[in-house]
Amino acid sequence: MGSLLQVLFDALSLGSLYALGALGIALIFGVMRLVNFAHGDVIAACVFALLWPSVDAVAIIFAGNLPWYLLIPFLLAIGAALSVASEIVVFRRFRRANPATMMIASFALGFVIRYFLLMLFSSRPKSISLLPSLSQPVEILGARIPLLQLITIAVTMAVLFGLTTFLRRTRFGLEMRAAAENFTMARMLGVRANRVIMGAFALSGALAAAIALILGSQTGTANIMMGASVMLMAFIATVIGGMGSLAGAVLAGFLLGAIATVMQVILPPDARAFRDAFVYGAVILVLIFRPQGLLSARGTKERV
Amino acid sequence: MSLLALSNVSVRYGRLTAVRQVTFSLAEGEILFITGPNGAGKSSLLRAIAGVTPPSGGRIDFADHDITGRAPEDIARLGLSMVPEGRDVFGSLSIEENLMVGTGMHSATRGWKARAATELEAVYATFPILKDRRHSQAGLLSGGQQQMLVIGRALMTNPRLVAIDEPSLGLAPNITDQVYERLIALRAMRKLTLLIVEQSSTRAMMVGGRMMLMRGGEILLDGDARALGQSEAMQAAYFGYGEH
Repeated sequence: MGSLLQVLFDALSLGSLYALGALGIALIFGVMRLVNFAHGDVIAACVFALLWPSVDAVAIIFAGNLPWYLLIPFLLAIGAALSVASEIVVFRRFRRANPATMMIASFALGFVIRYFLLMLFSSRPKSISLLPSLSQPVEILGARIPLLQLITIAVTMAVLFGLTTFLRRTRFGLEMRAAAENFTMARMLGVRANRVIMGAFALSGALAAAIALILGSQTGTANIMMGASVMLMAFIATVIGGMGSLAGAVLAGFLLGAIATVMQVILPPDARAFRDAFVYGAVILVLIFRPQGLLSARGTKERV
Repeated sequence: MSLLALSNVSVRYGRLTAVRQVTFSLAEGEILFITGPNGAGKSSLLRAIAGVTPPSGGRIDFADHDITGRAPEDIARLGLSMVPEGRDVFGSLSIEENLMVGTGMHSATRGWKARAATELEAVYATFPILKDRRHSQAGLLSGGQQQMLVIGRALMTNPRLVAIDEPSLGLAPNITDQVYERLIALRAMRKLTLLIVEQSSTRAMMVGGRMMLMRGGEILLDGDARALGQSEAMQAAYFGYGEH
């Protein structure tokens, strides 16, 4: 019972990360058909925003020392600002370009961010202790669950609930949903393209910051590559979920988290090192049977 | 003073010219049908007016503004509401949400929410079926209901000119009758200017008003719908005989 519960919480917290990442990608894909591969590097940049620039092995904590009620809004704002800046400086110029061109531009932007971080902080992973009180375990029905895991899951649920409410109940959310379905038609009804796209980037950047907080606290390190692995899984989740479908992205994120966690338990010890190969195998199976994704979004042919 | 004026407007897609140097103007309150065979450039002309495909040449004026090459949202905000071909409803949104999307353009003016609510009731009064199903997904509506929805949605923005591309496309004749009946009633009620694209001229002859015939990207005829519809010139222009 206890270990089963442990697996469940492992799956949920890993799935949370993937779901948040997939949402950040799906939001932007929804409004401008851009697969933003710079998303992972925005996550890394958010982690490093907690530190003073230095190439030493020991991290000099800067914003990371703020109390949590200041730290969280600070980091969310950094993520949103960085993401919006990337839209204004880079992606706005590619609005009418084809999706492949935009995707390559996002790769390039990702590298620029990554090497900028490399210059400031060096490529050595740094140990940081972010919100250390959260690593204590909590006993639930005989299982020892790290408090951080519970918070990760709770935060993700809160973010999902908040985002759903925002999209369903506010005018801006309505305009975003309309634009995601048929951008041209939304514009013909007076919906401002720039506002909607910048809003999507801001939300996506804030989600990246949330992932940065969770990753930073979980791993206790800052590493310029740390966004990349989440980004890859998150991208796969958006594809399995059906490109542009937010609900699909979240669902697939949790599904991937569950598959990865379960594989870790049921695979024979010798095969565990190849866990990811099995996960990707499962991904291929899903795509063979549902090439359009679990929940395919409508109107994905339309573009700006 | 005309509400909409085009001078020498051309639309090109790569090397293909869809609209060639079209010039016409439309007065406030007028109803204009643009008819013509498939590929005549009617839809391209509408898309250029709405700002979706910027014209490759010429100039378009609407409501005393030069709107040539302006963004679709700016043109919509000046009061030009476009209902594109194929009834582009937002399928995953509810009917009421579909209707509300366009009302945000007035959010800078005071009392816009109350006005939007009044407008919503007016649309529901015109199309009661939309009110009955207002919380269901728009994608589940029948073709005729979707056509009513997109017309209602265009009206929600309180436009001065409504441009509709093929409102009868894919609809049963009696449903088309209903759609037109409401349109004509709305026009009388609100002093609307209408620009309607249809492939055949029969509807224009029934409703009356002004009619233009397009072929090969050019306007061949322009005049009273009923008079033109019965003329030999119309038949000749439409089917293209007598040219060879």
